[in-house]
Amino acid sequence: MSLPKFNILESSCVPLPVENVDTDQIIPARFLKATSREGFGENLFRDWRYNKDQSPNKEFVLNSPVYRGSILVAGKNFGSGSSREHAAWALFDYGFRAVVSSFFADIFKNNALNNGLLPVQVSEAFLEKILNAVQADPDVQVRVDLPQQQIILLPTNEWESFEISSYKKSCLLNGFDDIDFLLSKKEKIKAYELKSELLYGT
Amino acid sequence: MEAKTLFDKIWDRHVVENIEGGPDILYIDRHYIHEVTSPQAFTGLENRKVPLLHPEKTVATADHNIPTKGQHLPIQEVLSRQQVKTLTENCEKHGVDLYGLNHPYNGIVHVIGTELGLSQPGMTIVCGDSHTSTHGAFGTIAFGIGTSEVEMVFASQCVLQPKPRKMRITIDGELQKGVTSKDIILYVISQISASGATGYFVEFAGEAIRNLSMEARMTICNMSIEMGARGGMIAPDEVTFDYLRNREFSPKGKDWEKAVEQWKQLKTDEEAVFDKELTFSANDIQPMITYGTNPGMGIAVQGKIPALNSVPKQNQASFQKSLQYMNFKPDTSLVGHRVDYVFLGSCTNGRIEDLRAFASLVKGKKKASTVTAWIVPGSQQVAKQAKAEGLDQILEEAGFELREPGCSACLAMNDDKIPEGKYAVSTSNRNFEGRQGPGARTLLASPLTAAAAAIAGKITNPVDFL
Ligand code: SF4
Repeated sequence: MSLPKFNILESSCVPLPVENVDTDQIIPARFLKATSREGFGENLFRDWRYNKDQSPNKEFVLNSPVYRGSILVAGKNFGSGSSREHAAWALFDYGFRAVVSSFFADIFKNNALNNGLLPVQVSEAFLEKILNAVQADPDVQVRVDLPQQQIILLPTNEWESFEISSYKKSCLLNGFDDIDFLLSKKEKIKAYELKSELLYGT
Repeated sequence: MEAKTLFDKIWDRHVVENIEGGPDILYIDRHYIHEVTSPQAFTGLENRKVPLLHPEKTVATADHNIPTKGQHLPIQEVLSRQQVKTLTENCEKHGVDLYGLNHPYNGIVHVIGTELGLSQPGMTIVCGDSHTSTHGAFGTIAFGIGTSEVEMVFASQCVLQPKPRKMRITIDGELQKGVTSKDIILYVISQISASGATGYFVEFAGEAIRNLSMEARMTICNMSIEMGARGGMIAPDEVTFDYLRNREFSPKGKDWEKAVEQWKQLKTDEEAVFDKELTFSANDIQPMITYGTNPGMGIAVQGKIPALNSVPKQNQASFQKSLQYMNFKPDTSLVGHRVDYVFLGSCTNGRIEDLRAFASLVKGKKKASTVTAWIVPGSQQVAKQAKAEGLDQILEEAGFELREPGCSACLAMNDDKIPEGKYAVSTSNRNFEGRQGPGARTLLASPLTAAAAAIAGKITNPVDFL
């Protein structure tokens, strides 16, 4: 099986300058009843995106006619709360390929990486810079360059580097997935089990 | 020998391999699953044509979707029924023990794992559920994972994890009357914020922690995820061993003696160094309640919502958005504010002690007629115990009814939804927008504070009732 590859992404951005966007907002619990991975994009940010009468909420950025793109730019502590991977599936299914924030919750970060959705952690100052630029001109292009580990605000060429473990980076660049990797470690795992049984009797 | 923290001791022992420039391959001793986050992992495994490596190390329950009334009947809602059925079929097919609906061991995954003695000191424990941190109360490394990782555990009994940084939070001194472990954790989160421990694994220590029962310790570790921590843990001691002795899956006889000998080694060495240390005084903690839409937005029940200008500038927009959702004003007190619903339950406060605390306060009083209350035990065993102790009687006389176990209004995937705009004092762990139903307004608090609200019909300091 393979992971969707990620290399260089150039896109306009969708700004969501809200802090502590938790996974209950990204995909509310009542939409977690599916037993497959598909189709969650439809309910991405459901309760912010639609009014009570199910009409689109015009105030919400996903319904805006001007903001488009496959990069979501969000406030600090994105993806907190529930471990539901459905949040990463919903963002990816909707069409996002990268999320930029000044801080990500740990479980969300893992879930995103395991689905080819790149979490890009930037400084608060750089986040503000992108948000300001996007709000001034919705067509502003941002480049997320995974090989160089850089995010670049194209009109001004301002950039910042971001962190990712070299293991995860190579997974994303090559489309390798963790499970294949772990399956290739079978012998090691077996040896570990034998050793720990000797040492701890478990 | 190099001084080590409790966390290091357990983690290092479980590393199968350290990947150059990457995470560790971490071996998992115990894996819990439930109906919501496991189906796609089973499908993934089948698509790869890979067997479950150690079905005996995985234990399943149905808890998130199930009704809390009429559990002997088929689940009415089609999608929920389908999800529970899928779990049952998957467990049968792959040889996983399932404590499904109506099983005497059924209940919320983090309640049953501990009460059955499945979670034991020194283990690594994961579940596709963020509140897996609960099990850390037994001196384990326990953390929530996503569905891809559930599939990894199925396939290899391992996950890939970067080693988190280590934090110790010490609570010195003694708690005041009416202050519980729920208040400790709500207080800590209010002090360090909902992201204050992101990237860290937290050990809780200090006199106030040592004096807590296992149930109370579980409440603290449970909510460590609400400050962003990867997990929380408490070193095992006599309280832990007493709790585990003679549990269904605890070691027995000679094995027990041997296990306790090993468990006694599980503590942080005196010289060990943490990446971050925080200390609080138990004496500063009062009964707490949240006023906003993340668990960091907490105040003493008697206190006031912060004034706008006391909130850092960059947080003001989120603060205002939150208050708008709750329909509260800055710089005001919540005491006396109307309460429409009271929810006692969840993996945070759905254990026998929580029911006892609630019952002790409402005993001989009457529920306010304007309040709808849902009392949901965390498991079949908790329900059974409550009945054996006559708590159901006490509750009934006060106008409350014991429902059947499950996650219930904690995340409102079943029918237990707080209606839009209503105020619910809940003993659960998340006050996010819509968490307890679209438009629901949640105030998190301890079982005592919830009980006081149910009797008064408004927010009240529980200490007044004690
Ligand atoms: S009770 Fe709530 S927090 Fe706990 S496992 Fe169930 S849904 Fe999750």
